[in-house]
Amino acid sequence: MGVADFAFYIFAISAVIGGLFTVVSKNPVHSVLWLILAFLSSAGLFVLLGAEFVAMLLVIVYVGAVAVLFMFVVMMIDVDFAELRGQMAKYVPIALLIGVVLLLELSLAFGTWQVSNNAEAVRAAIAPDMAEVTNTAALGQLVYEKYIYLFQTAGLILLVAMIGAIVLTLRHRVNIKRQNVMEQMHRDPAKAMEVIDVKPGQGL
Amino acid sequence: MEDLLREYLPVLVFLGMATALGAVLILAAVILGPTNPDPEKLSAYECGFNAFDDARMKFDVRFYLVAILFIIFDLEIAFLFPWAVTFKGMTDVSFWSMMVFLAVLTIGFAYEWKKGALEWE
Repeated sequence: MGVADFAFYIFAISAVIGGLFTVVSKNPVHSVLWLILAFLSSAGLFVLLGAEFVAMLLVIVYVGAVAVLFMFVVMMIDVDFAELRGQMAKYVPIALLIGVVLLLELSLAFGTWQVSNNAEAVRAAIAPDMAEVTNTAALGQLVYEKYIYLFQTAGLILLVAMIGAIVLTLRHRVNIKRQNVMEQMHRDPAKAMEVIDVKPGQGL
Repeated sequence: MEDLLREYLPVLVFLGMATALGAVLILAAVILGPTNPDPEKLSAYECGFNAFDDARMKFDVRFYLVAILFIIFDLEIAFLFPWAVTFKGMTDVSFWSMMVFLAVLTIGFAYEWKKGALEWE
C-alpha cells in the first residue's frame, strides 16, 4: 500500500467520521467543528484526485467562510437546544420517512448508473493536457471561454444573492446618531464655538 | 499525477505531525496533570456573582448581512485566481468575460454602498 492509498484511507475515514459526528453530536458548536473536519478531509481527497484548485477552494470558501458563518449563527442565535432536543421524539417518524425517501432515491440513481465506455475520452477531449498545464491554469483556459455563459450566470447569481441579502435584512434604524465623516471634517471652529462674556451675578 | 502527489508529501507529513502533537498535548494534560476536583474551584470568586443567563441571545441581523457579503466577495476572488494564472496568452474573450463578470458584481457593490449596507449604525 503506497503513501497515496494510505492518505486516501485516512482522509476518507475522517470525512465519514466527521459527517457522522456532525449529525450525532449533542452540542451544535461541536457539530460545526466536526463539519470543518469533514470539509478538510474532502479537500484532502480532492488533492489525491489531482484537483488541487478545487481542494484549496474548499478550504478557503467552505472552511474559511461558510463554516465560520455556521459557527457564528450557532453560537449567537437564541435557540434553546436542550428544549429542542426534548421534542426530538415528536419528529423522529417524519425524519425517518425523509431519510428512507432519500435513501431510495439515491439507490435508484446509483442502481441504474452506467458509466459510458468513452466517458474518460469525452472528459479528456475538453480538458487541456494535465502534463503540460497546472490545474488552475487548465480551469482558467476552460471557464472563461468555453463555459462563458455558465460563468456569467454565476456572476448574476452572486449579484442576486447580494441584492437579496440587502433587501431582506437591511433596515435603517431611525433616531440613531450616525457618524458623518464629511460633516466632521468640514466643521468650522469659528461657527461651532462662541465665547460669551458672562457678567458676575447674571445668567446667560 | 505521481509527481503532483509527491509535491504534497511534506503537507501530509506536516498534517501528521500536527495531529500527533495535538494528541500528545491533550493526552499529556490528561495523564500527567493533577486532578483534584472541588466544587469551590468552579464557584464564583469572592464578590463575583453567578451568571444570570447564558450567552445566547438575539443578535442584530446586520452581522449576518456582513457575513453574506463577505462570502459573495470571497467567491468573486475565487473566480479571479484561474483568470490571473492564465492571464499570459489569454484570448480577448476570456479577458472581457471576466471584465463583464466584475462589472456585474461592481453594480452590486455600488448598490450596497449606496444602500448603506456597509455602514454600521
